[in-house]
Amino acid sequence: MGHSEEFQKLEGKIFTKSFFILLAVVLAGFFFVGVRYVKGIGAVSNMSDGYPWGIWITYDVATGTAIACGGYAVAILVYIRNRMQYHPMIRSAILTSMFGYGLAGFSVMVDLGRPWNAYNFFIPSKWQANSAMFEVALCVMAYSTVLIIEFIPAILTSIEQSKWERMIQLRNWLHPRIAPDETTMKDKLERVRLGAAWLKPRLNKVLIFFIVLGITLPTMHQSSLGSLLLIASTKLHPLWHTGFLPLLFLINCVFIGYAIAILESIISSYSFKRPFELEELSGLAGLVPFVTVIWLGVLIGDLVYRNQLSAALSGDFYSSFFLTEFLLVALGSLLLFFKKLRRSPRWLFVSATMIVLGGALYRFNVYLIGFNPGKGWRYFPSFAEVMITVGIVALEILAYKVFVALFPVLPNTSGHHGAQKQKKKTPVKQAKPIELDPVVAQAQLKAAIKNLN
Amino acid sequence: MKRQSRRDFLKLAGATGAGLLACGAGSALASEGTQINNQELGMLYDATKCVGCKACMAACKKVNSDYGSLSYEKAQFDPDGLWDAPSDLSGSTRTLIKLFKESDTRWSYVKYSCMHCQKPSCVSVCPVSAMTKEKVSGIVDYNKNTCIGCRYCQVACPYNIPKFQWEKALPQIVKCDLCKNTNLREKGISACAEVCPTGAIMFGKRSDLLETAHGRLKLNPDKYIAHIYGEHEGGGTNHLYLASMPFNKLGLPEIAPEAPAEFSEKIQHTIYKGFIAPVALYSTLCFIAVKNMKGHKGHEADDAHEKEDK
Repeated sequence: MGHSEEFQKLEGKIFTKSFFILLAVVLAGFFFVGVRYVKGIGAVSNMSDGYPWGIWITYDVATGTAIACGGYAVAILVYIRNRMQYHPMIRSAILTSMFGYGLAGFSVMVDLGRPWNAYNFFIPSKWQANSAMFEVALCVMAYSTVLIIEFIPAILTSIEQSKWERMIQLRNWLHPRIAPDETTMKDKLERVRLGAAWLKPRLNKVLIFFIVLGITLPTMHQSSLGSLLLIASTKLHPLWHTGFLPLLFLINCVFIGYAIAILESIISSYSFKRPFELEELSGLAGLVPFVTVIWLGVLIGDLVYRNQLSAALSGDFYSSFFLTEFLLVALGSLLLFFKKLRRSPRWLFVSATMIVLGGALYRFNVYLIGFNPGKGWRYFPSFAEVMITVGIVALEILAYKVFVALFPVLPNTSGHHGAQKQKKKTPVKQAKPIELDPVVAQAQLKAAIKNLN
Repeated sequence: MKRQSRRDFLKLAGATGAGLLACGAGSALASEGTQINNQELGMLYDATKCVGCKACMAACKKVNSDYGSLSYEKAQFDPDGLWDAPSDLSGSTRTLIKLFKESDTRWSYVKYSCMHCQKPSCVSVCPVSAMTKEKVSGIVDYNKNTCIGCRYCQVACPYNIPKFQWEKALPQIVKCDLCKNTNLREKGISACAEVCPTGAIMFGKRSDLLETAHGRLKLNPDKYIAHIYGEHEGGGTNHLYLASMPFNKLGLPEIAPEAPAEFSEKIQHTIYKGFIAPVALYSTLCFIAVKNMKGHKGHEADDAHEKEDK
């Protein structure tokens, strides 16, 4: 299926060395998950009655879903701000969002003490609309479903185009007595293919309503992730406890989303040895500072309003964490104001990393570092606790690698055969010019003409 | 097209902002002045009367351990579970006596257990209504058959009262429920108050407790700190304290009169009032997105052409 398509599968083997390394990490993590279910949460984690939420909630849920906001941020850009030229980036963004949220849900199930009661979320008489957690839980579940629906077209395309080579190999390998009849199997596979071909255009017609739902839901639950800590007025340090928590979390996830979309694209271009999508990246990077400036503005304005500015600059434990978070985001965005730096993958990487780290540190500050339940309580994650989180992240990367090989996810680079020989060390000079997809180029041209009118 | 969408975007932002402000103003007015219900049940702990015998702790364990799934490890020579010295409230301890000693002459006992707030944070944050406040008695109760174990109640409680059974594969939250299903039902009084030999724990209606407390303060102004802890803290609690030492030295945190749950619910309600804002957001975004898609028919053909390829 030709070069004219917008997305393509990644060619190459799935079972590489890194695959097995990741798999080992995943298995180590899941060993500790097993221990947790047999011996209780206390056996694997350092959480206590003072710090009832450890890194599983802070990283996997509160920060992980923000990092998984690439799909959300890019969808806003493409469908609401009407920048269709970024459309090629959306599938890989949605895929990482899907895994990010799915695994956040998984680690919640590890973290919950009584997960078998989770069905109560679906029983209206148990609903508790005052609880930010209730809102987050329902929204995250709904959003995960929406993400899967958004990804279905890629799977359908794969089914439609598959020649079922592995399936036929498997049939031939099986003993003739248990192997299904060749013609019946082909017939059935053909029917699956036709079914996929039937479903795809129909799904495409209503897909936009799911996409918009996929923009509304994160707006709701990302702000509610901030609302979760509103109630801890006596425990959360005044540097972070403010009525603006929901707004700050919402803006925070948007710029983390854009920065992560940039990082993801650079990393996957680099590790899969594909040309950098520099045009899209620098355009995207130009937007980030506007979002971060709003965020920093709200942050500072709020501190001034609550007379906490001196606390922020006092230089103590809390203030140093606050300043680190602030400076990472501020300096990272400052770099992006320069057009020259925006066109360099290396600088883009540096600044996007700073912004993601700063934004993530903000969430850590709110959930853990700025959280002080009183005298005598201490928390630092245990080895097993960290391993569970690392295992979950490794699973996410592993699944991403498998999925980009199985389904058309990555943007199509028409000249990808030549690109494979590219060297890594000087990405700027060697990055090939982006060969635009003709259909996208056409759309861009049309938009440009309309703009002129 | 682009200009159009930006205008739409600004319109949307403006409308949402105005809506939120309007809702905010409305709800701020509506929720002002939470009513304190003095008819609810509670306890008054007078630290000056307490001799630290821990009879209340033993009685609490004895009475409540039979209820629910709690089973305490008991030594064979100790069928009543009396030989037990927990250092803090925990997944197996609902009430605790502690000694705070500043010097040989200046010290005080203090009793920890659920404060049974007038506006409890734990009830406000529980996503599945496992924490509830009884309408008449005001008891803050926990239902382990609903609880999902998210521990948000622990994060929310300013007094750090709800405790989790970290060491169990099938854990639950543990906290005082004023002996609702045990001693209170059988004898009409909580076990700790029943067994207290010095009358340091008084059980009764909040109005009566407050009257007694104010009386004691008036009678012995030199003996007490002139404050009833819990009268106004965090929107008021049904478990009240009198003491001769500053309360924050006894491990009772300083909390503003506004209940933390008031503050968070005000914001949450402002955003989600009648679910109007999310629905408005969704429909506006749909409108913009569909319009944008129509402007890109050529692009949409890109999705559709895969089918035509066949």
